[in-house]
Amino acid sequence: MSVAAQLAMLPRSMRVRRFIRENHDTFTLELDPGEPFVFRPGQFNMLHVPGVGESAISISGDAAKPEVLVHTIREVGDVTRHLGRLRPGDELGVRGPFGVGWPVERALGQDLVIVAGGIGLAPLRPVLYYALKHTRVIRNVFLAYGARSPKDMLFAKDLKRFQRRGLNVAATVDRWGEGWTGRIGVVTKLLENMPYEPRSTIAMVCGPEVMIRFTARVLEQVGMQSSDIWVTLERNMKCGVGTCGHCQLGSVLLCRDGPVVPYPKAAPLLNVREL
Amino acid sequence: METENLARALAEHPFCKDMRPDDIEFLSGCAKNARFAEGEFLAREGDAADTLLLLRKGNVALEVHVPGRGDRQLETVGPGEVLGWSALFPPHTWHLDLRALTPCLVFAIDGVCLRKKVEGDHSFGYLVTRLLLMRVHARLERARLAQLDLLAAENS
Repeated sequence: MSVAAQLAMLPRSMRVRRFIRENHDTFTLELDPGEPFVFRPGQFNMLHVPGVGESAISISGDAAKPEVLVHTIREVGDVTRHLGRLRPGDELGVRGPFGVGWPVERALGQDLVIVAGGIGLAPLRPVLYYALKHTRVIRNVFLAYGARSPKDMLFAKDLKRFQRRGLNVAATVDRWGEGWTGRIGVVTKLLENMPYEPRSTIAMVCGPEVMIRFTARVLEQVGMQSSDIWVTLERNMKCGVGTCGHCQLGSVLLCRDGPVVPYPKAAPLLNVREL
Repeated sequence: METENLARALAEHPFCKDMRPDDIEFLSGCAKNARFAEGEFLAREGDAADTLLLLRKGNVALEVHVPGRGDRQLETVGPGEVLGWSALFPPHTWHLDLRALTPCLVFAIDGVCLRKKVEGDHSFGYLVTRLLLMRVHARLERARLAQLDLLAAENS
């Protein structure tokens, strides 16, 4: 293992600056990195809870604000449940940033279509922040966001703010819930009425893998090039530097070569059973 | 005159995007404009499906009544949507309630008139059936995706 890889295995201690409850099972931690934390939208960190373990969590904050490190986390296992008990002043370990981010520069001069399902909105929020700062050079920005139900919606205030500032935001829920007056239906439905120009659009998609496949199919049907569709693949990340092989998917080590990959690279892997 | 204007308006609807002008003209002979106020039903489950609806403006909820649990919204749809395929296929009965969530403007295509044209002109019939089949296919894909319930916590 190289020296750089060895150093990447050492967690840095950071303090929680702010805890934000996003919904019934998802929360955001704002961490004080001590020194500027430089990352690309789409990269992830390994968050380390001493005595419990580590979990790979995407960065959900603004890459232009390196003085604060933001992670949005869904409580689905031991590590994330422990992370959910942290409060301002508590410490945790952070390794990263790891992986390849979203190719945000490719959106310049084109339409940008962002499709997120559930917690998949978190790794795409840095792209939305980037898009807000580049509204003059990205032709149109469309966000299609699907949540399971109204109580599962993420970043509701942000979505309103993005809309006010010129992004085209459409949200839907799979299932109706009390008080919901918005759209009902799966996220792919939102793409039907978005007036993007398929031949000069870049799409970024994050969500469950089946959702990614269905979404890519809809985008390709209207004439988008497969190579203009970028997706994230999730596997069990461990080392973060492509050494341990836990996150291997076919010939791809997702922690190093992903999690963001072009769809032509992802598609054959998504179709292999038991991979 | 009104038919001519209707044909021009119909040509703007996504359902007619791949139709030739004479097909649209032919279709317009069965069409008229219809408006629905917010909260009004465009169709009720069990009623005769005698109209194919091309939604021009407004949003519509597709609902089903579940005894003991009230009306459940399955999906909401907006401008460009095509509703009421049952107007073409037996037993010509609505299988869902359609409720206007906002004021709606639709092209209402008379089902009997359309069926006559589809049966009488097989080239036109093939075109309409193919366009409807594409809509049905897209709806089926969405239904499959919804059925998988991918965004449930245990799947993420």
